[in-house]
Amino acid sequence: MLQYLDFEKSVAELEGKAEELRVLAKDDPDMDIGAEVSQLEEKAQKQLSELYGKLTPWRRCQVARHPNRPHALQVIESLIEDFTPLAGDRGFAEDEAVVGGLGRFRERPVVVLGQEKGADTNERLRRNFGMARPEGYRKAIRLMELADRFNLPVLTFVDTPGAYPGKGAEERGQAEAIARSTEKCLELKVPVIASIIGEGGSGGAIALATANRVLMLENSVYSVISPEGCASILWKNADKAQDAAAALRLTAQDLLSLNVVDAVVAEPVGGAHRDKGQTIQSLGDAIEKALAGYDGMDGGKIRLERREKFLAMGRQKLD
Amino acid sequence: MNWITNYVRPKLGTLLNRRETPDNLWVKCDECSQMVFHRELAEAQHVCPYCSHHMGIIPEERFGRLFDKGEFETIAQPETATDPLQFRDEKKYTDRLKDARKKTSRDDAVLIGKGKISGVMTVAAASDFNFMAGSMGMAVGNAFLKAAETAVEAKAPLIIFSAAGGARMQEGILSLMQMPRTTIAVQMVREAGLPYISVFTHPTTGGVTASYAMLGDVQISEPDALICFAGPRVIEQTIREKLPEGFQRAEYLLEHGMLDMVVDRRKMAGEIGKVLRMLMRLPAETAALPDPNGETLSGIVEDKSPASAKSDKT
Repeated sequence: MLQYLDFEKSVAELEGKAEELRVLAKDDPDMDIGAEVSQLEEKAQKQLSELYGKLTPWRRCQVARHPNRPHALQVIESLIEDFTPLAGDRGFAEDEAVVGGLGRFRERPVVVLGQEKGADTNERLRRNFGMARPEGYRKAIRLMELADRFNLPVLTFVDTPGAYPGKGAEERGQAEAIARSTEKCLELKVPVIASIIGEGGSGGAIALATANRVLMLENSVYSVISPEGCASILWKNADKAQDAAAALRLTAQDLLSLNVVDAVVAEPVGGAHRDKGQTIQSLGDAIEKALAGYDGMDGGKIRLERREKFLAMGRQKLD
Repeated sequence: MNWITNYVRPKLGTLLNRRETPDNLWVKCDECSQMVFHRELAEAQHVCPYCSHHMGIIPEERFGRLFDKGEFETIAQPETATDPLQFRDEKKYTDRLKDARKKTSRDDAVLIGKGKISGVMTVAAASDFNFMAGSMGMAVGNAFLKAAETAVEAKAPLIIFSAAGGARMQEGILSLMQMPRTTIAVQMVREAGLPYISVFTHPTTGGVTASYAMLGDVQISEPDALICFAGPRVIEQTIREKLPEGFQRAEYLLEHGMLDMVVDRRKMAGEIGKVLRMLMRLPAETAALPDPNGETLSGIVEDKSPASAKSDKT
């Protein structure tokens, strides 16, 4: 069932009424509800497009974290044929917060990596809500090395609240694992295309998003710290998360204007979760277009281009 | 007029200031609460002579004892755009910057120096924790890139002394982007076949630990430095239990395989110099091994005096 966000209350009411009518009409075949239902639905649609036409940064965070939003595995299953998951970091464990493996993207063999939050409570626990431990990043490093050796492009799907802040994760070198993963991204002689599909949570995200091209779904967010974390540190009050969300400039539109992402992929009215199929196909088209730019390009040049792209982020014009 | 009528009443200010005088001349150690005379403390590189607690030290003072004879050239840093997001919380970022600049008399958190360590021409960069907790924004990223470029040009090793609360939130996503940028700085030095030594000082956390700091050819920490990705408070909130004593401290990381060594600040210059000379394939400054037939093995005698760091120099 679709879950509504707090600001979607009016839409929830309208859609609820339409649903009620449909249930009533089921019992009474003579009742003609077509006109009324379509009127209600039209109204709901209008409300929705008004709400989504002017989403505040905080509301975008809410949409980005929506439990029904398409997650990495759904995106991978829809876009990647013959997906063959590969597991383990060969050192300590298999981290299910990071999914990865071989597959074919529109016929082209690729290596895929994604951060998976999980669809239901059990899966969320198993996948640690998409918060990877060092093993997850070390698995990513292993798969990126594989891609480099066999000259396969790397597609990453980023959706994480952040790297897991746990005792064991720290003991096993969370910081080192993230640093090495970012470093590996920068070493590859194959194109890396990153897609931020939900939450791009700080270091946990950059470890898989240091890419040639960074795409972002319209209602995704990407930030150095969560609005809640930022508010509790700078405002000394976690309730100021809405202010922090605005100040951090974490929306896709902001990041495009800061040249941190290369393209924003439109979502249907009401967010990606209202039409997952369409969202995923648009994302697929954007990835295909981005990949095509690297056809026939020399590996050294691919690597250099990626490096230059990141070097530029700090050399903005002085005003 | 005699000396009694000539008496000048002391001003209120002098009475108040008198109370501050001992604070300036004597520093209380946070660890052992001993009062240390400021000159003695500076001489000991801000390491408590009683309990060896390592206090904060500004980059200038650190370089003064790192480079041979305290001689180094300060490398100018590129000008960087400020406040890209026009960020404000309770206070404007530009005001925070202004305060930090006034407090530390520097433009941003990093100082770059070039000079000889044990005779090896070396580029060193150090963060000043007093400047917005040493946090990493675009200027810091640019500083480390400049340090790396200077090292590559001079065919010199690079040493970075980290001290940071993490990424500079006020620069939002652009501070996060300094993680790959500083990683590129490390790669440049590595591609040139030059050593990069990462030195952790208290505290090194967040995005700084998770980028250039953890990528050293050799990783050294000062004793008891907090080194982490997620801070202890965040972890305690997540797992809802108390963390063990010494968790995320330098010695703990050494035990867990994340560091090569923990070195007392007073011996740091000597230790770095020794490693650099080997990595640069240079002969030892002095005979490294004692004569097995010799009567005394002077190198093994433990020297407990704080000034022992000097004995590493020749």
